Amino acid sequence: MLDKIIDGNIRAVSRAISLVENDGQDKEALIDQLYPHCGGAVVWGVTGPPGAGKSTLVDKLIKRERARNHKVAVIAVDPSSPFSGGAILGDRLRMQRHATDPNVFIRSMASRGHLGGVAGATSDAIKVFDAAGFDVIIIETIGVGQTEVEIIEISDIVLLVLVPGMGDEIQALKAGVMEIGDIFIINKKDHHGADKLKTEVEYVLNLKDTKNSESNPVVMTNANLDEGIQNLHNNIYDYLETIKNNQQLKANRKKRLVSEIKNILTAKMVEQFGKFVDINQEIEKWSEQIYNGQTRPYQLINNKIKSFIKELQKNDIEN
Amino acid sequence: MAKKTRILMAKPGLDGHDRGAKYIARALKDQGYEVIYTGIRQTPESIVQTALQEDVDFVGLSLLSGAHNELFPKIVELLRENDAEDIIVFGGGVIPEQDIPVLKEKGVKAVFTPGTPIDEVVDFIEEHTKT
Amino acid sequence: MTDKKEISREKEKWEKTTLKKVTDRFPEMKDEFTTGSWLPIKRLYTPADRKADNYLENLGFPGQYPFTRGVQPTMYRGRYWTMRQYAGFGTAKETNERYKYLLDQGQTGLSVAFDLPTQIGIDSDHSLSIGEVGKVGVAIDSLKDMELLFEGIPLDKVSTSMTINAPASVLLAFYIAVAEKQGVSKDQLRGTLQNDILKEYVARGTYIFPPEPSLRLITDIFEYCGKEVPKFNTISISGYHIREAGSTAVQEVAFTIADGIEYVKAALDAGLDINKFGRRLSFFFNAHNDLMEEIAKFRAARRIWAKIMKDKFGATNEKAMRLRFHTQTGGSTLTAQQPNNNIVRVAIQTLAAVLGGTQSLHTNSRDEALGLPTEKSVQIALRTQQIVAEESGVTNTVDPLAGSYYIENLTDTIEEKVFEYLDKIEELGGMGQAIEKGYIQKQIQDSAYKYQREIEEKERVVVGVNKYQTEEEPPDDILKVDPELRNQQMDKLEKVKEERDSKKVQKSLQSLEKAAASDENLMPYILEAARNYATLGEICDVMRNEFGEYQESIVL
Repeated sequence: MLDKIIDGNIRAVSRAISLVENDGQDKEALIDQLYPHCGGAVVWGVTGPPGAGKSTLVDKLIKRERARNHKVAVIAVDPSSPFSGGAILGDRLRMQRHATDPNVFIRSMASRGHLGGVAGATSDAIKVFDAAGFDVIIIETIGVGQTEVEIIEISDIVLLVLVPGMGDEIQALKAGVMEIGDIFIINKKDHHGADKLKTEVEYVLNLKDTKNSESNPVVMTNANLDEGIQNLHNNIYDYLETIKNNQQLKANRKKRLVSEIKNILTAKMVEQFGKFVDINQEIEKWSEQIYNGQTRPYQLINNKIKSFIKELQKNDIEN
Repeated sequence: MAKKTRILMAKPGLDGHDRGAKYIARALKDQGYEVIYTGIRQTPESIVQTALQEDVDFVGLSLLSGAHNELFPKIVELLRENDAEDIIVFGGGVIPEQDIPVLKEKGVKAVFTPGTPIDEVVDFIEEHTKT
Repeated sequence: MTDKKEISREKEKWEKTTLKKVTDRFPEMKDEFTTGSWLPIKRLYTPADRKADNYLENLGFPGQYPFTRGVQPTMYRGRYWTMRQYAGFGTAKETNERYKYLLDQGQTGLSVAFDLPTQIGIDSDHSLSIGEVGKVGVAIDSLKDMELLFEGIPLDKVSTSMTINAPASVLLAFYIAVAEKQGVSKDQLRGTLQNDILKEYVARGTYIFPPEPSLRLITDIFEYCGKEVPKFNTISISGYHIREAGSTAVQEVAFTIADGIEYVKAALDAGLDINKFGRRLSFFFNAHNDLMEEIAKFRAARRIWAKIMKDKFGATNEKAMRLRFHTQTGGSTLTAQQPNNNIVRVAIQTLAAVLGGTQSLHTNSRDEALGLPTEKSVQIALRTQQIVAEESGVTNTVDPLAGSYYIENLTDTIEEKVFEYLDKIEELGGMGQAIEKGYIQKQIQDSAYKYQREIEEKERVVVGVNKYQTEEEPPDDILKVDPELRNQQMDKLEKVKEERDSKKVQKSLQSLEKAAASDENLMPYILEAARNYATLGEICDVMRNEFGEYQESIVL
């Protein structure tokens, strides 16, 4: 399978992504094997409120990337229903004209309430695409909430898409989402309030940055009409050039690796503990005990962990 | 993490009546499936490429314009050419009973005509989901 | 003069005595009764339920503002509605034969159904046409096909309705060119163009260009026909498809009228006179299952539109305030199971349209859910109209149900709810914005979903489908379209291209290109290209290059 993936075989890549999404048995081995082949791709994160026009924008960016002869992968993340666990994944509808281009690969992912956060699955999917030789990997997700912020932090460059008239621009500006944006896009620039929004965004950017806000460009587009996209594209490449040269890109990737290792470590620790105790089953009991005053949160957990360590030591001695 | 069943709902050809496809997509989502919906006016080629990229288990085709005899088998054929005959194809829409045996012969696993309760579609999917 | 208060009091007494005696032993079948569109229905309506009681202001007289009772003073006493069966399939020649058959059988107007490639402005040799040529309507690639379609049919004697939207300008040009060859001048031509692009984006899907250039084409047609083809209805603002997509009756009226408002605005922006083009606007509605709701719906729609044209747009000519409409019985209500039941459904829907005051009517055939109608089925559909017209007596007086406490209450309620929607759409910035934001689509889809769930749960009965089912043999006389059709059509196309003067074609296409980039009226250029046998695809491609193509963007 590894060879086929590196070759860029569509089915192999596709199945590998399913494997990492489903946390299959062979996932870990696969990721480790793919690792040496990674590092060539640049990851763009595109986020913003629903209705901002992200998918339409991505469609136009794909066009521009293909004009540069780049292989493009897109991961479009959408929320799963908290009730049924199912999802309707429709982002690719706006990019479907690229469906038969062999150098474009679009994959829809549902957030699925992943234990490790969908960020984990996305991060692994990126490695698959990276190893398969894609030049640019675009991740698209709605920018509301912690999960999405996690996803976006996987990206080398974050494009935040806003639209005038949504009424909640100020909220978005204050919600910390401004912290993660690298390039700010005012889409539907023909709409009433676009210039005002641009001014507001620039104002907030000035506040947050003591450096000059040249490093965070604010760009106007109308994705539907394909306006302002070339300018956006140029800005993306200028920004990437800058962070490559000032080592910021490298530093960010290392930081991300730190996060990833921490996440894997945490997940694995919990997994090991889970071999000792069926967490899902026991946790109900534990919460009852705490609720009834029979024990306290830290007391309970510390005791369980003590027992766990004892068990490990016992096994060690026996072995 | 249990594997989620992924289903592509597609409208091949020029027919723009998407009420049925959208209903099925929503109903299947309510059943817990992941449904990829690609909108109207899809060519057989784009449907098949999408099915491959999305690693779907099923492809559901909705068509009301009478072009099913040409387009459904074409899609089955393209899946086969791409080594993807394990992806199960089912169809629905305005399809006369007489055409169904031929479609099945050509590889369409099931055809759900107007008036079919959604439970039948769900049962079919559950039955054919590989564990 | 009955006192409303007294009636209410007496009703209460009745509820506590006569009614209670019965409901104590035999409760009603449901706790709540609603119309097909979920409007609540009372057990009984009395004069006390009349919201607004001013007859002259709210009902008035037929043919006069506010037109609640009809757009014409004599209605069916003067002339029956036009019996206009939508037809078209396969080749122009086959369709021509079907038209002659229908005219022979007593149909009074023609209605052309085009195949999907034609509706989307591509020729039969395009790769996207595979499997689609001649299936849902007749294939028209050039003037040549149009000539065959109307061969032997005098265009000065019949009125022709063409269900064509995105490339309406081109098909109109073909029609005019055929008339020219018959020696019939443009000003004699009667008919209707559907030409309603907004509903395509939300319910029907046969769009080509984005909204702005599409509206430009529509107003070009308004302007051109206003001068050159004055007897043609230049738009059929449609609610039929919106209803078929799953909306409620209220939404059907609201979104149709909102589309109408958008078109009027566009025409006014283009400098046209509302009292002139307003008279040539027409509408197209659905006749659905709930008989009473449908009748009330049509009456409400007339009153609403009259008010809007007068108060919002300042029309002064009463003819410009009239909502004239064509109706089609609801295709999606017909079943594949026990198809003969559909004849009954269509009969009830026909009554709805007639009691609602329609100007023309298409009745669906019993094999609607199975395929295109056979000759036998289409004859029964036509007979249905003729029986209602000649035998049922409902045509003997105008607006017979006026004054019914239930009907008037429903009419008022529907009007109220429609205006609520119109206000909301206005808030969103108009219909164009509402569509872009996905508001309209969501409303329709939510209704569609709810409706379907009710059928699945058997709360809403569909006889023969989820109740009273039988084992049955599938019908064996379904119309089949020859799959060789595409090849035949492609051969014809090649021949046309060989025989025409390609220099003239090139020149006319270039002129069209230039005009499209300016703001000239495109009709004369399209007409010239049509006369030279430029194909539909070639003409539309010129416009595609200039205007771009619309990309669907709203999902679910």
